[in-house]
Amino acid sequence: MGETVLKDSPIGARVPMIDSVDKVTGKGIYTDDMAPPGTLTGRILHSPHAHARILSIDTSVAERLPGVKAVVTGRETPVKYGILPIGHDETIFATDKVRYVGDNVAGVAAESPEIAEEALRLIRVEYEVLPAWFDPEKSMLAESNLIHEDKPHNIEKDYHHHFGDVVKGFEAADYIREDRFFCPEVTHAALEPHSTLAEYYPEADAITVWSSTQVPYYLKLNLASTLQMPEEKVRVIKPLVGGGFGGKSEVIPLELAAAVLARKALLPVKITYSREEVFYAHRGRPGQIVELRTGITREGRLTAVEARIIQDGGAYCSYGVVTILYSGQLLNAMYEIPNVKFDGYRVLTNKPACGAMRGHGTVNTRFAFEQQLNRMASVLGIDPVEIRRRNLLKAPCITVNGLRVLSYGFPECLDKVEERSGWREKHGKLPYGKGIGIAGSHYVSGAANAIIRSGAPHTTVNLSIDRDGVVTIFTGASEIGQGSDTLQVQVVAAELGVDLDRVKIVAADTARTPIDLGSYSSRVTFMAGNAAIAAARDAKGKVLAAAAVKMATNPENLAIEGNQVMCLDDRRIAMPFEDAVRLAAGDGQTLEATGSYRPPDAATGGKFKGGGVGPSPAYSYCAQTAEVTVDPETGQVTVDRLIAAHDCGKAINPICVEGQVIGSVWMGLGQAVQEEMMWRDGRLMNPGLLEYRSASTLESPPIEAIIVESNDPEGPFGAKEAGEGSLAATIPAVTQAIYDAVGVWIDTLPITPEKILKAIAEKKKSETQVIKTEN
Amino acid sequence: MQINGQRRALEIEPNRLLLDVLRQDLGLTGTKCGCDDSSCGACTVLVNGQPQMSCIMLAVSYQDAEITTIEGVAPNDGDEAELDPLQKGFMVEGGAQCGFCTPGMILTAKHLLAVNPDPSEQEIADALSGNLCRCTGYMQIYASVRKAVELMRERRPVEVAPR
Repeated sequence: MGETVLKDSPIGARVPMIDSVDKVTGKGIYTDDMAPPGTLTGRILHSPHAHARILSIDTSVAERLPGVKAVVTGRETPVKYGILPIGHDETIFATDKVRYVGDNVAGVAAESPEIAEEALRLIRVEYEVLPAWFDPEKSMLAESNLIHEDKPHNIEKDYHHHFGDVVKGFEAADYIREDRFFCPEVTHAALEPHSTLAEYYPEADAITVWSSTQVPYYLKLNLASTLQMPEEKVRVIKPLVGGGFGGKSEVIPLELAAAVLARKALLPVKITYSREEVFYAHRGRPGQIVELRTGITREGRLTAVEARIIQDGGAYCSYGVVTILYSGQLLNAMYEIPNVKFDGYRVLTNKPACGAMRGHGTVNTRFAFEQQLNRMASVLGIDPVEIRRRNLLKAPCITVNGLRVLSYGFPECLDKVEERSGWREKHGKLPYGKGIGIAGSHYVSGAANAIIRSGAPHTTVNLSIDRDGVVTIFTGASEIGQGSDTLQVQVVAAELGVDLDRVKIVAADTARTPIDLGSYSSRVTFMAGNAAIAAARDAKGKVLAAAAVKMATNPENLAIEGNQVMCLDDRRIAMPFEDAVRLAAGDGQTLEATGSYRPPDAATGGKFKGGGVGPSPAYSYCAQTAEVTVDPETGQVTVDRLIAAHDCGKAINPICVEGQVIGSVWMGLGQAVQEEMMWRDGRLMNPGLLEYRSASTLESPPIEAIIVESNDPEGPFGAKEAGEGSLAATIPAVTQAIYDAVGVWIDTLPITPEKILKAIAEKKKSETQVIKTEN
Repeated sequence: MQINGQRRALEIEPNRLLLDVLRQDLGLTGTKCGCDDSSCGACTVLVNGQPQMSCIMLAVSYQDAEITTIEGVAPNDGDEAELDPLQKGFMVEGGAQCGFCTPGMILTAKHLLAVNPDPSEQEIADALSGNLCRCTGYMQIYASVRKAVELMRERRPVEVAPR
């Protein structure tokens, strides 16, 4: 790990993604592209009420409709599930209550979409409507009409952390700021709507589920528990996935609904969400209130931070406990902050559950913190780049809350964007209406502690090498468009010294591939990458040992390069890789090898309540500049240019790294300037891609990615995450650029023209008042 | 119907969408459904060379039209060496991440390059404004289209127009 890369190694090469031929020709198969003979259409009946008791459900008329093959309600699906072991609060279909508009009441499988939809209309449900909670600050005061009876005050979970001594920290400060920030809900809106196909085999009492999931293994576990089937009878296959961003990183109701319907109908059942259903299924970034208090010295050194954070979690736990912890824990590991206090509340409301979304838990807190730091820099007259340099971590280090940071490329990221953007010539010097801003952000390279705690590896990769020297990787890691498959092929080819086209991959099929926890928390490069290297080393050890006997030398004197096993002391003595494989495997056999990865204990964090969330074997870092034009007449903000320097440790595939960084920045910009889930009485006002205002080419500015390589000592070839860490910095970089342009700070997202105009008007008013007072 | 250069005889209900006929009746699943309501452009096909969204087109209305889907873009089925310059461009520049918007993007760009073989970045952006992508921020898609322009130039010797 972290070693020098050979000259012709595929590490660092701009290798096109191995599945890109399938994607550009339309041959690649996504879940909804499959339809075995006899496949039924599944549809879900959703609740029209935000909070209601179910008094009765009558499915008899629907069941008699010709063409209907199965109808299922909550009576048949009583087992509770959830992605977190401490958050099992959902059932496939509601058993007693519905808790949000869109909650799942019943499922139907029929011979056509038209029949299925007609059947939904024929299901009679009698509800007793209950008072509903929509505002988290009101919901957390609730005494009655609780959303879940076992959650007093509708608080899913609260955490209270104190590291160091903030009282002393604030005493040492010369300047203390307090601000309140609000970030409304945003959602992933991956272009592929969720889709699941399930087929039950009655003679074996087994089921196979193809699904658009980022987490096949967790889906398998939840299918087994909710269907009350043994795990070995459940097979999950992940076809191509059309984007996830966290929206497919837990079990989504349609996945279980399709399975239970298929078992009852004894025919394959496919459910594909409509776009509106995707919006209601949600599990996106929660609305968040951040009350932030920060102390700093005259010289610009941070002395203390205190955050009170309230997250509007929606009606079920989902990833909520983890999200609220990330929002506090990752106040740290970015800058040196000696004293940190965090009070976090994950609150239930009668809206769809929020879950994990790109930058999970960290984004809204990072926006608040970076914005406040920029405001303090402005008051203290310190350059915003400089104030960050004065508060750098002294890595390697362990933060006050127990996060171990080994590689830290943030200083270089700052240097790079400062130079590329022309910061010194621009900041504070541009004409009114033009501005430049800067901010930083970071993210984990996989969670050091698995959702389900155990001593097991987080990922295992197996290799099978055939007599012709073709290497097949068997991995549970999930390609979702980020390059998971390509990355593993590259590291195995590099480690084994064979050409890329000799390495094939079989991925994400629980019947054929070993366990990997999934594509979330940016864990694949680090964890599956390290497991793939370990597997390749296992294979290489066997190949070289066999070759050494034949070549009458020591394995230590052998290397594999360019498909040849060769002696290091005399490279003319060589044998083809496949010959060595045959020697190692024995006649007619394939050579099997395996490797796995589990984060080291030193990276697993502090031993306090909630200390398990936030620790990671490595953190990525990003510094980012934004340049904007603000029209003071209309309030319109045009982002002219974004530059992100991202420390990914080592860019194993620069095409993928740049794509991930640019995509993250773009998604951060969406949250900054236009995206918002608009709720009214529990109903979503904008459940469409145009209404949600997902940016088209015309609203998307030039974005430049600069790769910074800090070579993490434990990363695969030095690599860390690239897919999430750049998102958060975009928002505060843009807001600071707006301040630089027109002198106003925006604390509530998204930054609409109305908010800009209002802020400019208030600024003018207060300046006029000052002049009047002076007169 | 005339699809990807082949005449196909089909019996279809008058209320069926072209997107569904392509995907369900003809197995041409490269055409994607991202939004159901003509917001995203993932279902774009070429109709007589013009990009159109098949999710809002009644199939029976296009019996005499020449329809091209992503499966009809490469001249030789499945041979990587024979891919269209746009397809190659999207591969080498990372224009396809999750790949779900890719067929629609390529078909829209195909029309752009047919009418404007050397588009500026702004012209590419304008042409692709009806095709949403959530992965790339569009930067690598622009690079992919420009790469295709480059590949087309290499393939076709530069002709100097007589004045």
